[in-house]
Amino acid sequence: MVKTMKWILNRIKYFFLLDIYKGLFLTFRRIFKPSVTINYPYEKAPLSPRFRGEHALRRYPNGEERCIACKLCEAACPALAITIEAEEREDGSRRTTKYDIDMTKCIYCGLCQEACPVDAIVQGPNYEFATETHEELIYNKEKLLDNGDRWELALQKNINSDAPYR
Amino acid sequence: MKKVFVNEQEILVPDSATVMQACEIAGEEIPRFCYHESLSIAGNCRMCLVEVENSAKPVASCAFPVAEGMKIVTNSDKVKKARKGVMEFLLINHPLDCPICDQGGECDLQDQSLYYGKSYSRFEENKRAVEDKNFGPLVKTVMTRCIHCTRCVRFLDEVAGTHELGAINRGESMEIATVVEEGITSELSGNIIDLCPVGALTSKPYAFTARSWELNHHDTIDVTDGLGSNIVVDEFQGEIKRVLPRFNENINQEWISDKSRFSYDGLNIQRLDKPFVRNIENKLTTTDWETSLDKISFLLKQYNSNQIGVVAGSLSDVETMFVAKEMFNGLGVYNLDCRFNGSNFKIETRSDWLFNSKVSGIDKIDKLLIVGCDPKREATVLNARIRKRWLTGELEIISICAPNDLTYKVENLGNDIAILNNADIINTIKDFFQNSKFPMIILGDSILSTEEGENIHVITKKIADSCNVIKEDWNGFNILSPYASRAGGLEVGFIPTKNGINAKQMKKKILEKEIKLLFLIEADDFDIGEIDNESTKIVYVGHHGDKLASKADVILPITAFTEKKALYINIEGRPQFTKKIIQNKGLAVDGWKIFRALADKLGIKLKYNNHQQLLDRIFKLHPEISSINEIVPAKCLKSNKSIPKIKSLKSSFLVKNYYQSCPITRASINMANCIKRFSKKEESIVNG
Repeated sequence: MVKTMKWILNRIKYFFLLDIYKGLFLTFRRIFKPSVTINYPYEKAPLSPRFRGEHALRRYPNGEERCIACKLCEAACPALAITIEAEEREDGSRRTTKYDIDMTKCIYCGLCQEACPVDAIVQGPNYEFATETHEELIYNKEKLLDNGDRWELALQKNINSDAPYR
Repeated sequence: MKKVFVNEQEILVPDSATVMQACEIAGEEIPRFCYHESLSIAGNCRMCLVEVENSAKPVASCAFPVAEGMKIVTNSDKVKKARKGVMEFLLINHPLDCPICDQGGECDLQDQSLYYGKSYSRFEENKRAVEDKNFGPLVKTVMTRCIHCTRCVRFLDEVAGTHELGAINRGESMEIATVVEEGITSELSGNIIDLCPVGALTSKPYAFTARSWELNHHDTIDVTDGLGSNIVVDEFQGEIKRVLPRFNENINQEWISDKSRFSYDGLNIQRLDKPFVRNIENKLTTTDWETSLDKISFLLKQYNSNQIGVVAGSLSDVETMFVAKEMFNGLGVYNLDCRFNGSNFKIETRSDWLFNSKVSGIDKIDKLLIVGCDPKREATVLNARIRKRWLTGELEIISICAPNDLTYKVENLGNDIAILNNADIINTIKDFFQNSKFPMIILGDSILSTEEGENIHVITKKIADSCNVIKEDWNGFNILSPYASRAGGLEVGFIPTKNGINAKQMKKKILEKEIKLLFLIEADDFDIGEIDNESTKIVYVGHHGDKLASKADVILPITAFTEKKALYINIEGRPQFTKKIIQNKGLAVDGWKIFRALADKLGIKLKYNNHQQLLDRIFKLHPEISSINEIVPAKCLKSNKSIPKIKSLKSSFLVKNYYQSCPITRASINMANCIKRFSKKEESIVNG
């Protein structure tokens, strides 16, 4: 008996397109609420300090590059995107002669910055680095250090704000 | 045997065993830093603490002898706490610079602090810093990392026998330092890098070039001396990064010489990668294989077979020499010799050139006579083994024509070989060998290369016979050759046959301009002086543009020992294979393939087309080298020649240039740095 009643009510619901009106009502309600769409690129969404964007190699405040060629990022990289070659510098310190990241291989997992003992390789807040050719996305040490110099303020701020949780 | 209990497990151990050895027999792992099987016990790192029943404190297991019925506990909370404490103390002054340390990834301290240490430190004071020491061009020091296990000090004292390191000051100010400013001069100094459990001593040439986890390891053998030491070659992205020893109780135990360890960079320098032919303007120009082989077959057809000479050098493998021999014999050329240094003696059996007692035989000898060689620099690891035996106090050593700095006490009978004519000296030697169970004579290949070589071989063999050095189950007559190719060349008969002449006679004939075409197979040490290109054409087959390559008319590039699978036979007659690790350089090919191709060009039929078929053929003709890594003992014949008179010849046969002995080592920058650094010291040895 109950089953038959349910069946009849469902038929009526379908016949009068009740679900459609329900959905349209929701759409109608949104008209009176503030818009969430932003006017990119003139407007941008807020980013978490942990956001993993474009890579950068950082320097110490005195201008000395941080990277010590320990190759832990290379070992940690699951996509094998990082290639490092190292050598003893004239003053006897351990430095890279080559630090390449293939940004097209990179999966932006953040394991490299996780592995880095000196916070040299970091993933910054920049996500706008699309290029027209593949070659431009194979970053060398020069490009990465340049990124670091460019984004240093933001990078340091992000690291500081995340520091209490590390 | 004593009965002890390790973690309630009952085991039997030898009477002289230590607690650590008992634990090892029981299968319990004990962490340690200062203890090493091949060195004396120091007991100063305290990492190996275990609990022994009825002992109030934990004991250092490496230095504690077992007692009957002793109950040892290795996994109690007390032991764990003790280990944690020791670890914390060790780490107090150890810097946290693992990321820039070359030992990182293969560091005992890293591993053990992970397994046995605490995850934090309570030390808040300043860490100490120690000034780095200068250990020479091979060993890099970062002394702040040192944990004072004194393995390096003990190694140089006991194994290398040079007493060049020591610990100065006490307590926190303790430092490891060299005795003199010159650095470490020992030929075994590279081994302290392996021994160092932390990153205090690392390899200077390898510094920062690779990390341990990215290297590919390849087992192969070393060819810089005649010993055929087993090594591991670490390669990364087609480049050889470093060479480490591989344990082989029968040959090198766990040591290798500096020459084996550091000369690898020579494999990338001055390599021949294309065939060269001298053009009309008398300049060497690159060409292809076809042209160069045509040129050679043209030259070969131009001269009579007795106008052609073939000499093989110190790095040639068995295959190359075998195929070269078959090819040249097929042409009717019998002037072949692998003894490029001119060593010359009558060969009756294999025992005439082999190190018959085997290297491991040194562990039981009680009397040793060294004639005309410098084992310290010709076979460094073998010399360390003699020293190890000498340290037991059961070995007496006398020498004739040998240097006096062999790291053990040697009674030198004189440095003039003519004293062997003297009956008194012969009697002294006879008295010396009397009642000896395992007597040994080491006759150097260096002295056999002199004018009197043949007579010296005969007379030494006579001495061996009369002093009962060769017994039924023991053959104490040994030849020590410093060349990797020598035993192999003699095994496959790369020596003059029929009417052929040997290298020494060839040298004369070249000066007389009777040898018109000379084939040099890696034979840069074949000393022919200034050669006239007009009268003698030279074909150089080799992998380095070394001494004689520039004088050649045709140069053919071949592969070095890291680029081919090839058979080498060490001084004992032990056949071993090298492994192909990196790609051939340019157009270079394996040496034997050149002679196989030439044979085709000249219409000589050889029945093998690939390496396996060639090996089958070699093993069929020479069954005594067919079992890899095994030695087939050589029969020894009694010498029935009369005793010859020897002319006076004064020399100690000290090797003046240890670091450069073959094309690879001569091309190596590391070896050149060593020479720059140590030449003063070497001079003082020669003069003093």
